[in-house]
Amino acid sequence: MSQPLLCVQGLHKSFGALKVLRGIDFTVRSGEVAFLIGPSGGGKSTLVRCINFLETPTSGEIVFDGETLCQMRGVRFHQAPERMLRSARSEMPMVFQHFNLFSHRTVLENVIEGPVLVQKRPREEAIEDALRLLGEVGLRDKVDSYPDQLSGGQKQRIAIARALAMHPKLILFDEPTSALDPELVTGILETIRSLADKGMTLVIVTHEMGFARKLADVVHFIADGTIVESGPPDRIFDHPESKRLSGFIKSIIR
Amino acid sequence: MYDFFFVLVPQYFPFLLEGALVTLQLSAFSMVSGIVIGFAVALGRISGSRLLNGILLAYVEIWRDVPLIVQLLVIYFALPSIGISLPGFWAGVLGLSLNLGAYLSEVFRSAIISIDPGQREAGKSIGMSRAMVLKRVTLPQALRIAVPTVGGYFIALLKDSSLVSFISVNELLRNGTVVIANTFRSMEVYMMVAIIYFVMSFVASRLVRMVEQALTPKHQRQKSFLAKTPPADTAMLT
Repeated sequence: MSQPLLCVQGLHKSFGALKVLRGIDFTVRSGEVAFLIGPSGGGKSTLVRCINFLETPTSGEIVFDGETLCQMRGVRFHQAPERMLRSARSEMPMVFQHFNLFSHRTVLENVIEGPVLVQKRPREEAIEDALRLLGEVGLRDKVDSYPDQLSGGQKQRIAIARALAMHPKLILFDEPTSALDPELVTGILETIRSLADKGMTLVIVTHEMGFARKLADVVHFIADGTIVESGPPDRIFDHPESKRLSGFIKSIIR
Repeated sequence: MYDFFFVLVPQYFPFLLEGALVTLQLSAFSMVSGIVIGFAVALGRISGSRLLNGILLAYVEIWRDVPLIVQLLVIYFALPSIGISLPGFWAGVLGLSLNLGAYLSEVFRSAIISIDPGQREAGKSIGMSRAMVLKRVTLPQALRIAVPTVGGYFIALLKDSSLVSFISVNELLRNGTVVIANTFRSMEVYMMVAIIYFVMSFVASRLVRMVEQALTPKHQRQKSFLAKTPPADTAMLT
């Protein structure tokens, strides 16, 4: 198989004395749907935030699409120039738990902001593209609404359209359904599933185990800042090897 | 009963208006430079540099903790003794704008940090630079929040500019004092002065309100003080 799209090696992240990530090795292949599961505070969110450089790792290496974003030179942590990080970010946007739409801009403006401002694509083309994407997430009629006029589920679908508008190579999801009312969760999961069906590479942090089981190519179980176990969903959920994972699975299936 | 002597009005009114014009000029210059100073100081204070933050904080504290009249007297009467001598008008502008800048920097700073950090992260996560995030995400929202408060400071400034009469600038209040010295009619003259200040401030506050409305998206505009909360169908849930 070809080079992995994303390769993370020996990633550490500390907040002061608190070690959140303690050496993460993790790869994502193009077209793969990877799920990160595990107990709260285990480091899942911090990992995806480090990949997107919203948090600066303390040490370790991240290679994305052939570009080294950070690496160790001897014992010193070295980060690629800001411009390179920005261009990498624009190719792996993140969908957040709390949507984080730009509240002073309309739905359409939210979606075209990245293409026009960051990728310098012509506005007309970006609008056409945005309308198509908003159609795909079923919100074509909301183009002129503001985020505070939308429900949580609608906001999250706009956020997904905003990420898609970047024509990303990978999309990071940080607990995309955790802030939603239960009846709105399914809609978002359907939207994410349709992305997977189209071959989009996805890295998804979630507590929706049923969803992970159905959609995942690979599931990584993260606890105490390390990947304790990785594998296809059947093996992870039905035949956990480590005690930590079997304990976690028992705790969530009541 | 006191005998009002309003014959004075047509005779001295143009002279008072001349003063009012100077008041407006003083205020306009001070507002513009006060905004620039306040904005620059706010950006400096959130820049992350501790040294810069410390220096700027010292400026803000000193200027907020010393009475404006004392600042004006220092600039106009004391600075010449160390070789810095400014004409009254510009000494007034300098004093007023440094004072306003100190207050506005806090208004801008708090407005900026009140913007949801999640939106900054969202901007970053699609590849926007720090400057882009500031310009496209943070500032447009922060400025909208700041407008009413900034407007309040403008109106205060318009009135506080009367203190500049102490450093012999011929603005509205000082011209009024001159008229009184010639006519001994303090009641009528101070009433005229007060009315002119009121009209200027009132117009200014309506302008601020218009700017505030213009910056608010249509669906969030409040129609009147008595307007009810918007009906549920326009607000949430679909």
